[in-house]
Amino acid sequence: MATTTNPTSQAPVAAPGGVAWRPWWIWIGLAGLALLPFVGGKTGLISNFAFLQLSLMIVYAIAVLGLNLLTGFNGQISLGHGAFFAVGAYTAAILIDQANWPFWATLPMAALACFVAGYLFGLPALRLEGHYLALATFALAVAVPQILKYRHFEPFTKGVQGINIFKADPPFALPLSSDQWMFLVVLAVAIVMFWAARNLLDSRIGRALRALRDQPLAADTMGVNSSHYKAVTFGISALYTGVAGALHAIIFEFVSPDSFRFELSIAILVGAVVGGIASLPGAVIGGVFVQAIEKYADALTKKISATVHLPLELQPWTIYGIALIILIYTMPTGVAGGLSTLRRRLKRP
Amino acid sequence: MMQASRRILLASTVGLALAVAGPATAQKAYDEGASDTEIKIGNTNPYSGNASAYGQIGRTIEAYFKMINDNGGINGRKVTFITYDDGYTPPKAVEMVRKLVEDDKVLLVFQTLGTPSNSAIHKYMNQKKVPQLFVATGASKWGNPKEFPWTMGWQPDYATEGGIYAKHILATVKDAKIGVLMQNDDYGKDYFNGFKAGLGKDADKIVQVATYEVADPTVDSQMIQLKNSGANVFFNITTPKFAAQAIKKAAEIGWKPVHYLNNVSISVGSVMKPAGLDASQGILTAQYLKDATDPQWKTAPDMIEWNKFMDKYMPQGDKSSSFHAYGYAAAATMAQVLKQSGDNLTRDNVMKQAASLKAFDNPMLLTGIKVNTSATDFYPIQAVQLSRFEGESWKVFGDILSNEGASQ
Repeated sequence: MATTTNPTSQAPVAAPGGVAWRPWWIWIGLAGLALLPFVGGKTGLISNFAFLQLSLMIVYAIAVLGLNLLTGFNGQISLGHGAFFAVGAYTAAILIDQANWPFWATLPMAALACFVAGYLFGLPALRLEGHYLALATFALAVAVPQILKYRHFEPFTKGVQGINIFKADPPFALPLSSDQWMFLVVLAVAIVMFWAARNLLDSRIGRALRALRDQPLAADTMGVNSSHYKAVTFGISALYTGVAGALHAIIFEFVSPDSFRFELSIAILVGAVVGGIASLPGAVIGGVFVQAIEKYADALTKKISATVHLPLELQPWTIYGIALIILIYTMPTGVAGGLSTLRRRLKRP
Repeated sequence: MMQASRRILLASTVGLALAVAGPATAQKAYDEGASDTEIKIGNTNPYSGNASAYGQIGRTIEAYFKMINDNGGINGRKVTFITYDDGYTPPKAVEMVRKLVEDDKVLLVFQTLGTPSNSAIHKYMNQKKVPQLFVATGASKWGNPKEFPWTMGWQPDYATEGGIYAKHILATVKDAKIGVLMQNDDYGKDYFNGFKAGLGKDADKIVQVATYEVADPTVDSQMIQLKNSGANVFFNITTPKFAAQAIKKAAEIGWKPVHYLNNVSISVGSVMKPAGLDASQGILTAQYLKDATDPQWKTAPDMIEWNKFMDKYMPQGDKSSSFHAYGYAAAATMAQVLKQSGDNLTRDNVMKQAASLKAFDNPMLLTGIKVNTSATDFYPIQAVQLSRFEGESWKVFGDILSNEGASQ
């Protein structure tokens, strides 16, 4: 799925290869996932909580994909995507809580709000290059939780206490719990978003984005309107992350300013790097990583210290740190890149 | 005729006896999380992040139930205590509590910590009808059995405590000019509102209110702001890390107000010592727990028991930290409720027993303070005693101030 590129040094290196991803392979996998709620739910093998976890993985995969488009394919670094995640989440939560909108109707609104926010933020910020852009976006990530707590927004945001919303029940009397139903919804949205991203990247726009990343001067010379393309990419990237945020609010049933601390922005970036920064399958792996490793580092740490009696007490984040160091050293192009390198090596006689 | 009536009398007496002995002889009944051999209890605590000092509470409770299990469990059942890190953030607490209820299938959730986190799971617990017992926060909203019959607090509520400080200021400080530092969330606001209500018409004596966010690195600028306001009384509504910072900073900038510190941050080991013992002299607070650093409790039987517990089950624990006493005391209340529940370990019955604690002599509470609850009173502890920091420990003074019986 990831299109081949000819990485020319400096710019973030794309995960090489990935051509071998065959569509039928993916479709079977997706069909299996879609059947999970019907099979797993009936037999009771998979709890509702497990479905929530799976849904969250998919949600983070969409968010990571958003950042991938910006950082991986367009070469702009953002440390502030948690902010767009928050805007999407709050858009959905406020519309459901105050205006009684059905959950599905909030998704386009969140997408629109985040595209506009991303585009507007992108216009001035894009005069900044590299590290300076990273810092500007970082400031955004730090500011958003404070803005959400701002006294005069409290009638909407409910301040630091956050907003509780309740999930919709499945329609048409489907024999599913609301967690299982939402899993299907999230899966469907993700398929559409990934499909759209792939088409975008394979199009003229996609080539322009990569050209701007690899050879900005040459791209300019070829007539690519760099500031326009960069701002639009920023908008689209924010849109993806915003939709992920809205889905998060809907399935998690709760938003609060503390859900969107700057750590979230870092988590999305780490997910993108771990998965493979310029690769669509990498975004999926990144999403799984954000949810699974990060959230369960504590439980895993405890289990390890309980089974192996270590002389020192492991801190909750130890495992996370170790996993990250090992991953980056062994697979510098992310898990997706690492896997395709591995595959090529195995094929070689 | 005589025979018949005697028989009826006998029958009715037996019937009455059965009715009285009802709960004890009733058939075993279980909800999810309880069985003949096990009772599963869930918990979240901040083991990482800015409020991680509180994590000692979770570890102490874990050790307490280990002790209970080593001694044969409760009514022959082992207690499995599952505790997760929530980093003092509501979203993580929501996720972990859902895991506890839906995945680990616990009978109840106990001592979840923090006002914001408990607020975030409040509706969920009541919708699922899973007990949210003895939460580790003193917000006044936990005692509302009409709307939230599955949630109960434990410690004296913040509003009452704030009111007690207000009364004490009015009675002892002439021309008080009050500066307040508070955490910007429900916990801070609860204290502040109770404090303001306690001042009544003298509320204009508050000359400056400074707030901070729990994610802030320091409260230094707030302290300078408070000093410059000319306040001579300081009400310090902060969680441990910030409490230590505030005490230290006040000493550094030479501000010496009459200092009232909220009860949640009076741990000698985690707050007073890091802030500096010199800087901490004379600070006032309200207590309901015996402080392990206070020599006057040395020979109290519950203190001796607690010391034994600490030596055996938490040998690395810092005995001067009030959180160990707190966790131990709260776990003792929980154990009492489970004991009272007997073989009827349904969520319904556990809530009923939690609401039927009558003058329970809870270990580690100050002499004269008992745990009382009823179907309308969901505030287990409602009495405190003022206390002053002298030397290296808290010294209680004055009478026990009780708000017992008030249900809201």
